[in-house]
Amino acid sequence: MTADPPALRARGLTKDFRGFRAVDGVDLTVAQGRVHALVGPNGAGKTTLFNLLTGFLPVTAGRIEVAGADVTGLAPEGFARRGVARSFQITSLFGQLTAREHVALALQSGSALAWQFWRSAKLMRRYDARAMELLDMVGLADLAETTADALAYGRKRALELALALALEPKVLLLDEPTAGMGLEDVDRTVALIAAVRQGRTVVMVEHNMSVVGALADRVTVLQAGRVLVEGAYDEVRADERVISAYLGEGAGRAAH
Amino acid sequence: MTETLQDQTTGVRADGGGPAPAPVPADRSGTILPRWLRWALGVAAIAVALVLPFNLYPTVAVDIACWALFAVAVDLLLGYTGLMSFGHAAFWGTSAYATGLAAVGWGLPFPLAVLLGALAATLLAVPIGYLAVKRVGIYFAMVTLAFAQMVYYIANQWRSVTGGENGLQQVPRELFGLDLSDEFYYYYAALPLVAGGLFLVWRTVHSPFGRVLVAIRDNPARARALGYPVHRYKLAAFLLSAFTAGLGGGLFAVGHRFVSLDVLHWTTSGKAVIVVVLGGIGTLWGPVLGAAGVIRLEDWLSFAGFEQIGLVTGAVFVTAVLVFRRGLYGTLRHWLRRRS
Repeated sequence: MTADPPALRARGLTKDFRGFRAVDGVDLTVAQGRVHALVGPNGAGKTTLFNLLTGFLPVTAGRIEVAGADVTGLAPEGFARRGVARSFQITSLFGQLTAREHVALALQSGSALAWQFWRSAKLMRRYDARAMELLDMVGLADLAETTADALAYGRKRALELALALALEPKVLLLDEPTAGMGLEDVDRTVALIAAVRQGRTVVMVEHNMSVVGALADRVTVLQAGRVLVEGAYDEVRADERVISAYLGEGAGRAAH
Repeated sequence: MTETLQDQTTGVRADGGGPAPAPVPADRSGTILPRWLRWALGVAAIAVALVLPFNLYPTVAVDIACWALFAVAVDLLLGYTGLMSFGHAAFWGTSAYATGLAAVGWGLPFPLAVLLGALAATLLAVPIGYLAVKRVGIYFAMVTLAFAQMVYYIANQWRSVTGGENGLQQVPRELFGLDLSDEFYYYYAALPLVAGGLFLVWRTVHSPFGRVLVAIRDNPARARALGYPVHRYKLAAFLLSAFTAGLGGGLFAVGHRFVSLDVLHWTTSGKAVIVVVLGGIGTLWGPVLGAAGVIRLEDWLSFAGFEQIGLVTGAVFVTAVLVFRRGLYGTLRHWLRRRS
């Protein structure tokens, strides 16, 4: 099988911060259409790796490819333009814009219209229909005209997802999509990701192991900046090295 | 967030499908006036602009118009892009000199000379903006200030062109042989360019591009994650702002028929920021009101023989910042909004 290039491939990714190596030679291959989870104890380098994979941090060494194309060294907007869409762990929205305006802004990205300072902003109405489709997909159709500030926490996270989807990404990177959520919102988010993953490639950092178990095809466990284990969820969960890594940090999180 | 969003507040679902959701009021109504009131303010502003030289010393009216352009240009960056330029005198002053030189050297009609001056300011803004937009906050302000000081010293040293401390004298006020020697007539001759510059900034703020600027101002990291090249947007806004400031500076030079080094001095940059803050950051109307207020006050003080003008304008500024944090227009709008 001469397969398509992987949706996302990282080779030897390394990141140093003033003498501290946060990410150390990480290899990662995410096949098209898979959900790939990055897990690991606190300080394992998950967030740093996530920021490398989205261009928010420059790499010290290594190479990143998206669908076979080299994107190493691009700025965040370059990653976004080439199909890497991310959500933020701490909700990051434009407080005063409505949900619909948020999605319209995302849909407008990369268009000529987005540079046209001599035309009316009313032209952005052309994105409304698609924006409403996306809001409907994440369950926010009723709240389209509510400003982000006024949305409940779980709804903000759903809006983040709609923004990422609006970019028609090749790879969707989700930074702790259920962080800080109550059980009900976690269930809703899991169902939502399970729905939107169809036909998409997803990489997620996630602490909640039941979420990982429900969604992930592959799991990469990081420890001290290196890949400790990679495999299917059940293999990884049974791996002794993983158990001891988590027990060393406190077993509670793994037992979630 | 301010008027930039007013077009969308009446938002109606475009898809038409599904049951209409209960409208949830957006929490930004405090900054948006009803449509009729906005129209009334617009008409009133045009009326005032048309009769200004009848009620004021015409030279003061010309200064107000020029400073309105300058302040609106600064507000495009400060209020809508989140960048505080502390060196906009570089663009105002460069255009003043370039306009003056074009008018003196080539005898161009003054609108053409002013447009050339504004283009010269825009050209200067390319390298300055390119370097400055990589910084944010106080560092951005310092980079713009540093470049503006360089421009000031160059103008001071380059006497053969700028006249140094003597300034650039006898700038003609040519327009197809019309007699514009009276400031009263020059005001009306200049008004179309002033209106054009104000419209340019208003259009920009209420454009798709302007929406991106506000998004960048509010959350640059998120804007980048959405694929917007933040630096390039800031640079484009910087160029538009420099062009508008240049229009003001050029008209100012022709208005005074003289260009002095003051146009490049850092206090000129500072005054522009003060005018914007006094009038109301991110309101467009505010900087226009602020310009009218500050120029009128300065004229009144100097007419009254008061020498420490800076002392009074400074005190007004401090009071305004402490008491009316939204600025003149921001406070007025808030008050009108609650009454209507």
